[in-house]
Amino acid sequence: MSQPKVPVWVNVALIPFINIMLAFLVSGLVILAIGEDPIEAAGYLIYGAFGYDEGIGYTLYYATNFIFTGLAVSVAFKAGLFNIGGEGQAYIGGLGVGLVCLALDKTMPFYVIAPLAIIGAGVFGAAWAYIPAYLQARRGSHIVITTIMFNFIASSLMVYLIVNWLKEDGRMAPNSRTFEESAWLPYLHDFFLPLGIDIGSSPLNFAFVIALVCCVLVWGLIWHTRWGYQLRTLGTSATAASYAGIDTAKVTIWVMLISGGLAGFVGINEIMGVNHSLLLNFTAGYGFAGIAVSLMGRNHPIGIVLAAILFGALYQGGAELAFELPNITPEIVVVIQGLVILFSGALEHMFKDRIEGFFIRRAVA
Amino acid sequence: MTNNATPYAIELRDISKRFGAVQANKDICLQVEAGTIHGIIGENGAGKSTLMSIIYGFYEADTGYIEVDSKRVDIRTSQDAIDSGIGMVHQHFMLVENFTVLENVVLGAEGGALLKQGMDAARVELQRLAQEYSLDIDVDAIVEELPVGLQQRVEILKALYRGARILILDEPTGVLTPQEADHLFRILKALKEQGVTVLLITHKLREILASTDNVSVMRQGEMVAHRETAKTDKEELAELMVGKKVRLQVSKEVAAPTETVLSAKNLCFVDGQGVERLKNVSLDLRAGEIVGIAGVSGNGQSELLNVLSGITPMTSGEIQFGDTLINAKAPKNAAQMRDLKMAHVPEDRHKMGLVTGFEAYEAAVLGYHNSDAYNGKVLMNRKVMVDECSRRMAGWDVRPPNPHLKTANFSGGNQQKIVIAREVEQNPDVLLIGQPTRGVDIGAIENIHEQIVKLCVAGKAILLVSVELDEIMALSDRIIVMFDGAIVGELDIKDADERTLGLMMANAYNEELSEQALQEGESA
Repeated sequence: MSQPKVPVWVNVALIPFINIMLAFLVSGLVILAIGEDPIEAAGYLIYGAFGYDEGIGYTLYYATNFIFTGLAVSVAFKAGLFNIGGEGQAYIGGLGVGLVCLALDKTMPFYVIAPLAIIGAGVFGAAWAYIPAYLQARRGSHIVITTIMFNFIASSLMVYLIVNWLKEDGRMAPNSRTFEESAWLPYLHDFFLPLGIDIGSSPLNFAFVIALVCCVLVWGLIWHTRWGYQLRTLGTSATAASYAGIDTAKVTIWVMLISGGLAGFVGINEIMGVNHSLLLNFTAGYGFAGIAVSLMGRNHPIGIVLAAILFGALYQGGAELAFELPNITPEIVVVIQGLVILFSGALEHMFKDRIEGFFIRRAVA
Repeated sequence: MTNNATPYAIELRDISKRFGAVQANKDICLQVEAGTIHGIIGENGAGKSTLMSIIYGFYEADTGYIEVDSKRVDIRTSQDAIDSGIGMVHQHFMLVENFTVLENVVLGAEGGALLKQGMDAARVELQRLAQEYSLDIDVDAIVEELPVGLQQRVEILKALYRGARILILDEPTGVLTPQEADHLFRILKALKEQGVTVLLITHKLREILASTDNVSVMRQGEMVAHRETAKTDKEELAELMVGKKVRLQVSKEVAAPTETVLSAKNLCFVDGQGVERLKNVSLDLRAGEIVGIAGVSGNGQSELLNVLSGITPMTSGEIQFGDTLINAKAPKNAAQMRDLKMAHVPEDRHKMGLVTGFEAYEAAVLGYHNSDAYNGKVLMNRKVMVDECSRRMAGWDVRPPNPHLKTANFSGGNQQKIVIAREVEQNPDVLLIGQPTRGVDIGAIENIHEQIVKLCVAGKAILLVSVELDEIMALSDRIIVMFDGAIVGELDIKDADERTLGLMMANAYNEELSEQALQEGESA
């Protein structure tokens, strides 16, 4: 019996769009309830995110983090694994970047440090994902539980390391020293300025380019290599995978290594690109938001880029909104972000059946 | 058109249902006389199950309507169906296995927040029903401890308890031994005498002829004929079902097996729960021979296939395959077994043989995806895969011949052809085939059977597992019967008949022999 067919654009565009609109509708009601004009608020939000060069730069800078964590979640998800540990893997990935930069910034030039730092981010993030992956593959410990737990362990570990070992001597702030400029990833505005293009000054840096490259690589891996074939087989049907002689434990482990490595790349953007020092809590929930980004982007790199830009816009436009309308505190902005996650993540199937049903009936008639 | 004088228990009027491009039911009209057993027969995929799902409220019809007792009813959910007096016994039982019979029957009809009152009332009611319809059962038995025949009886009781006057049975004998099936038909006759109307869905001609009063034939989503069972015969029904003359027999020469290719000795397999699924199974496969494994499903056949093909490691025993010795200390996984030239058409093509979300050309390399033929250094060679898939689709008459269609969108027979083509075209030495024609329409069955025979003639060693006795008997040179994880009998094809095999499948053959011997001894 053949499955009823629904036009592709319904699933990839219409349903996410309706979900977002619902989130904004409810957000509008919240804003109305605290006595502000939702239309005006939406205006500030959109202008803040896309209205001027610096705003766009900030939006894309945030989006960079969401692309990394979204890809991390989606690679694992394609193999049927829920990696909830993006937050911790990003945190530890940042540690990898930080250690490379702190060790080499006084002696080595940028072109030596940059590749090593990127590798450091990937290796540290992957290593943090390896332990839950091993426990799942060889011991059957559920990966959702272990990856969640490893977020807390990562958090405690980083506090310990930064406070006790990496903190700059003689300072109160729990930060490492600032890296030398040889360990700074170039800002895109610094790159474009000599070419005569002014894109405004923002934290947007080369990590964004790396994120886009990762999208292409992930796409190729999943859909065009034998490893991606194995990963998708495992993700769709574990019994078919064992029938095909696919070593599920092995695939589980390397998929999680890739996923953890991608999450670890957040460290490149945050530590090497913007903060130029190792600090506490730079992951700021990007790892968790990656789950929503991946869901909303339908686990496809293109969708993830679009969803990441939306979330970047919410972060950036939300900050602008809180600044412009004093009644709207940063907490309300978090509420709006939460509503978007709720409607496009947790409730993503709320209208799916009805909308698909509508198109099926229309196709039949 | 409606004639209120005729005592129809249920009437369907112009029911149509479409899934995307597939017209599952087209203008179906059906009249079922009250108090009769009405058979609905058709190939797999003819639309029987869809039709029953519409009657039971799982699907809504696109057009048409249903009348129960000459009153039009609107059935949108299964609760509506139950309220209209319709009960259904599904092919796969919908029972909570670790509940008792009583708890299962009451489930969903507990009648109040506290259980005790409802349970006590149900106990009395169940005893009455059991007596009235002679459906003896221990209401306090745990369901999973009951044999399947009795589990089915629980399903029937469940429906009757909810006041069903029209009982639908969907392929009820698929999991039963011939003896259990006979018992079921006696129950159905008893139900009929009590005025219950029975709708029996099956694709087995024998059952229709043995038990029904009327029969309707479905073909490709349409109701093509209605017959009084007494006035029709096997040949006519088969022809109506398929739409052309069918050969129920495969033309096959007596096999001339040569050397032993694979020899399994004392295979044992204990599953994760510590249950012994395979008990000292030993068998030889010879080139140019088809060995059939008969048995009621769930008696170790699946585990045997999985162990032989390397999907699950054996607990003990050994397999000599060509020059390679495989045992628990030196296991081989499914990929390594493939490298040794073993191919495997799995029993469950949806869960194992195919990845339903994949496009056909992707599914057509499952298990061989690491082969150099399909891979460049890094990327897979999509063009090679697609071309090969197209070629195979042409050679095996897969419809539609579109390598980019999702495998889920092919019919059962075409899916099976994709799997068999994939396995056969690797030119294996040993081919394991599980349920080759499950869910496959008759036209394709013929084709698949011919291919299996052709492979055998070409000198392959073939192990065939099937729950269809007809299929085992038509194809095999030797038949091995499994019961409870062990081999309980082996027959040459020329000594095999349905009765003997049926008794062996129920593990009653030896008992019967000893009983006979006893009787003969007494009379002597």
